[in-house]
This record gives sequence, structure tokens and C-alpha cells, in this order.
Amino acid sequence: MSAVVVWAETTEGRLKKPTLEALTAGRKWATTLGEPLWAVVIGDKLSENIPDLIAEYGAEKLIRILSPEFSTFIPNAYARALAALIREKNVSYVVIPQTYDGRALAPLASIWANAALFSGITTIPEKQAELWVARRICYSNKGLEWIGTAHLPLIITLKANSIIPEKSPYSLTIEDFSFRPPVEDLRAKPVGVEKVSTDKVPLTEAEIVVSAGRGLKGPENWTIVEELAKVLGAATACSKPVADVGWRPHHEHVGQTGIQISPNLYIAIGISGAIQHLAGVASSKNILVINSDPEAPFFKAADYGIVGDAFEVVPRLTEAIRRYKEQHSH
Amino acid sequence: MKILCCISHVPDTTTRIQFTADGKALDRSGVTFIINPYDDFVLARAAELKEKNPTGVHVTVLCVGKNGASSTDSVDANLRKALALGLDEAVRIDAEPLDAFFVASQIAAYAQDKGFDLFLFGKESIDYNGSQVPGMVAALLGLPFISYATSIEILNGSAKLTREITGGKELIESPLPLVLSAQKGLAEWRIPNVRGIMQAKSKPLHVIAPLSVSPRVQTLRHEPPPPKGTFKKIEPERIDELVQELANKGLI
Ligand SMILES: Cc1cc2nc3c(=O)[nH]c(=O)nc-3n(C[C@H](O)[C@H](O)[C@H](O)COP(=O)(O)OP(=O)(O)OC[C@H]3O[C@@H](n4cnc5c(N)ncnc54)[C@H](O)[C@@H]3O)c2cc1C
Ligand SMILES: Nc1ncnc2c1ncn2[C@@H]1O[C@H](COP(=O)(O)O)[C@@H](O)[C@H]1O
Repeated sequence: MSAVVVWAETTEGRLKKPTLEALTAGRKWATTLGEPLWAVVIGDKLSENIPDLIAEYGAEKLIRILSPEFSTFIPNAYARALAALIREKNVSYVVIPQTYDGRALAPLASIWANAALFSGITTIPEKQAELWVARRICYSNKGLEWIGTAHLPLIITLKANSIIPEKSPYSLTIEDFSFRPPVEDLRAKPVGVEKVSTDKVPLTEAEIVVSAGRGLKGPENWTIVEELAKVLGAATACSKPVADVGWRPHHEHVGQTGIQISPNLYIAIGISGAIQHLAGVASSKNILVINSDPEAPFFKAADYGIVGDAFEVVPRLTEAIRRYKEQHSH
Repeated sequence: MKILCCISHVPDTTTRIQFTADGKALDRSGVTFIINPYDDFVLARAAELKEKNPTGVHVTVLCVGKNGASSTDSVDANLRKALALGLDEAVRIDAEPLDAFFVASQIAAYAQDKGFDLFLFGKESIDYNGSQVPGMVAALLGLPFISYATSIEILNGSAKLTREITGGKELIESPLPLVLSAQKGLAEWRIPNVRGIMQAKSKPLHVIAPLSVSPRVQTLRHEPPPPKGTFKKIEPERIDELVQELANKGLI
């Protein structure tokens, strides 16, 4: 008997949202297959609360691959461990969240596990005749693609925000899988991390993103953007020229050459809506555009639009949301 | 030091994407193909390394692809554009890129015995947005893989890199050879000068036959993205109604 295996990415004792999405997808896939759902954690130790969280989201077994070499993410070492598990346990179906680390892990593991790889899909694979079939976004949001494979094992990476995390509690057993990565997989050594913003929601996971462009005229004017983001609990982003001139840090740049995001709500302030910008944000579920030019191309891609001066509209919107939240919280 | 830059051949960023009637493929008519924008970062970084050490660095540019029917769909033309940045030679593996596994297998087979120290890729191609080929090549060759690299410096046969991660960057040290995929930041985009363009015309461009490899994933069909819902224009005076609607939709 086989299983659906989810790579559970843990960060500082938390399960990230993409992992909850992956577990939810894995649970659904396992149920249609009639197979159990296992979660695998690779690391040097396991925080106490992780098993409960994993059980809450539908896993029946937690497989721990613990070794001191796994204290930080090294793609080759983690992939070697995951591939060893897939081979040894005859696993046919694997779900990996499409985070920074997930995207590095999946292609390596696919080769070493001799697996097919569906990357960045937005649906849970379905069996159609001989093939497993899923949908993904291609051409930078300008097209959808249906892909298929008859090759097993099949590894999928799931695009963030494609599946809503749902709890589905199971009772959990824990098993250790012992694996130590060969030294050749430890050649690239992480030697440090520079955090830019720890208090904010990461851009790729955020449900709401407030983004601004050249229309804001200068870096000193970003307070209104930050304040709107704050009342919404949103992440902040920007257009490319704004990052290029240093008004905002590079890691906020979204678009074709920046970060691709698909939040539930994307608010674009003083951004014209160039095709390369849309390439990174057009799969957002809802788009609100605030622009003083009624002809700005972004309105064509928007669900909601306010024609007006950002310096008047944005503070007013922030105030309205604050008022609404005060009235509706107890 | 020998560097291999892998580039993909993609529709221009401003292209309106249309598919063939059966949905199986991109309708290539009238489409201009360019070097994948992330691969431009890689080419620029390779050109910088070459400039610093013209005799000690050799850069090969590689693409797996077939030349299209029109002059705006020529892999060879894009390879020459890359060479015009001051790079040494180009290789085209003459095959349709069937899937990432197929492409990675071709690249790995070509590179296997050539002694490259550095394998440079873009973080993803803007057509299929797969982020798969670089990691697969690293695994096929058994080399360290650094994804989303935003800088690389080489000193005495080993490299210091930074890699983009959620909310920050990670510093990495690795011996060569290694494989990296580039995020914006690796280098500033460059435009070839006239001299470079002239010189590129006489640089070697080898066309080699592909290896027979079965792809693992097939494209069944394409569709345009779902049509946008209705657009609602809101007067600045009626922002409260917008807030109510966003709340009704569960968005805020
Ligand atoms: C290969 C390539 C890749 C690229 N990749 C990216 C990418 O990844 N991401 C990206 O963003 N761009 C990218 N670009 C650049 C892109 O083409 C546009 O130039 C860029 O997105 C424009 O940024 P912007 O909207 O902030 O500025 P502008 O185009 O200058 O627009 C400013 C907008 O602000 C509005 N405005 C002005 N004043 C106000 C006010 N007071 N209140 C409200 N609105 C106001 C204006 O009406 C205008 O619409 C790329 C370009 C190329 C060639
Ligand atoms: N057909 C190809 N030929 C050469 N390199 C490629 C090809 N396709 C993709 N690549 C490289 O792999 C990177 C990531 O592409 P992808 O995995 O398709 O998103 C690109 O930025 C290129 O560096």
C-alpha cells in the first residue's frame, strides 16, 4: 500500500500557510485515491506543537527525518532525504508547497526519485483515462494550461492561495525515518540570514497586498500605503521602477521580473498597469485600482476602481476600513 | 573558469497570447521571441565575470530549441544577441523543448564531460513559469543547487552567494562547480554595443542533435484565462459602500 505524502515546511515551530494548503490538497487527493495521508518533516528537531497541527489538517502519519545536518534548509540534502523516503516506502504521490524552499526541493527530488513533476498547479490532480491531469497558470497569467502524465511517482507543487486550508482532524501516529545526507549534498553551506522584515506578512503568502507605484511621487509618501496595509493586515508591494530607483526595497517588487503573487485582494495605487506588472499580479482573485487617470490600463484588469488622487483617496479608504472594523469587532 | 549560461526562447513580454485552434500550442504567428528576462541577468553576470578576467573565463551560451518559421522566432538570433555581450560560443540543441525533464536531460548530457565550473540559469522562464529546469540539471549532474540567487562572487575556486528567501536573504558559501538560478539583482541588464554585435557574427554557434529522451509531462491543452468579472467604478465619496462590499465578500 502506498500513501500521499506532503512535505510539511516548518518555520520556527510554525506550519506555514502554504503547508496547510498542501495538507488540505493532500487530504482530498488521498481520500479520492483511498490511500492514507502522511506528512514528512525534515529537520534537526521537531517543535512540540507540530504533530497536533499536522493531525488537525488531515494527516494520519507523521514521518520525521531528523538529523543535525538538516538544521537549515539545504536543497540537495533535503531532496536526497525526500527521494529516499519516496523510493523506500514506494510512495506514488507527493505534494510540496510552492514556496521558495519548495521550488528548490521539488525538481531535485523529482530526479532522484525518478518522478514526474507538476509545477505550480492550481487544482488537485484528477484521473482522466490513463492520465493524471491538473491545471496551471502559464505565460505569466496570460494563459491556462492543462497538463497530464501517466508517470508515477508524481510530485506536485501547489501554487499559493489556490486551495483554502480546511481542518479535517485525524489521529496521528509518528514514525522516524532515519537518513543522513551524504557529505557531497552538504557542499553549499548556508552561513547566515539577513531578515528584512519580520513583523510583516510575507508577500507570497499574504491574503491582501497593498501595492504602489510611481504615482506616489517619492519614498516619503509611503506612509499612506503602510497605514492602509496596517489596518488590513496586508503585505506591501511596489512596481519595478519604484524598486529600481530605491524608493522601496527590491523584495517588494512584483511583476514579470519580480515576485508573482495571487492574493485574495490586490490594491494597486498609482500604478499604470503595464503588461509586465500585470504578469505578476493578474491572478489575484480581486483587484482594486486607485489611479488619477481614468484611462490607466490597470482599470481594464480591475474588479473595482476608484478614479482619484491617491493622496486623498487612500487615507479616506484607510479611515473607512478602520471605522468598519471598529463597528464590527467586539 | 568555464561558465555555461542556459537561456530559453520566450514570447516578448508585451505579446498578446493566443493559442492554436486545438489549444495544444501557442499560436506563434506574429509573435516576437526574446531571451527570457531572467536569463538576461545571468548573461549580464557572465559578461561581468568575463570582463574582469578576459583570458581566464570562457562562457558558453546554450538553448534547447528549434528555429521558428519567421525571423522574429529565431533561437539562433537570440543566441547571437547573447554572444554580442562579449561571450565566447553558443550551442543550440536542435529539439522542441518537450517538457522540463526533457530539456534538463539534454543540458546535463551536453555538459557532463565539459568541465564547467558554473551553471547559470534564470529562476523561471516566462512562458511555462515552471522553475524546474535548473534544479533538475543540478540533480542530474549531482551538483549543489542555489535557487533564486541575487548575487554571486567567486574567489579561489569557491563562491559566496545570496539567495532570496521569505522576508529576507540567505548567505551561502559553496565550492565550484555549482548550479544557480537567478533572481533579479544578480546583475544589471545589459544591452550589446555595435562592436559586440559585429563580433558576435563570427563567433562559433554549434547546432547539435538531441538525445532521445521521453518527456514525463505532456501539455493537453491551453485556455485563455477566465474572463474578468464585472468592473465596478466607485466614486471617492462612496468609499463606505466599497468597504461594505469587500466585507460582504469576506475579503477584509
Ligand atoms: C522586460 C521588462 C520587464 C518588466 N518587469 C516589470 C515588473 O516585474 N514589474 C513592474 O511593475 N514593471 C515591470 N516592467 C516595467 C513596466 O513596463 C512599467 O514601466 C512599470 O510597471 C510602470 O510602473 P508604475 O506603474 O509604477 O509607473 P507609471 O507607469 O509611471 O505609472 C504611474 C501611474 O500613477 C498614476 N498617478 C500619478 N499620480 C497619481 C496620483 N496622485 N494618484 C493616483 N495615481 C496617480 C498615473 O496615472 C500612472 O498610471 C518591466 C518592463 C520590461 C521591459
Ligand atoms: N529550452 C531551454 N534551453 C535552455 N535553457 C532553458 C530552456 N528552458 C529553460 N531553460 C533554463 O531554465 C530556467 C528556468 O526555466 P523553467 O524551468 O522552464 O522555468 C530558464 O531561465 C533557463 O535558464
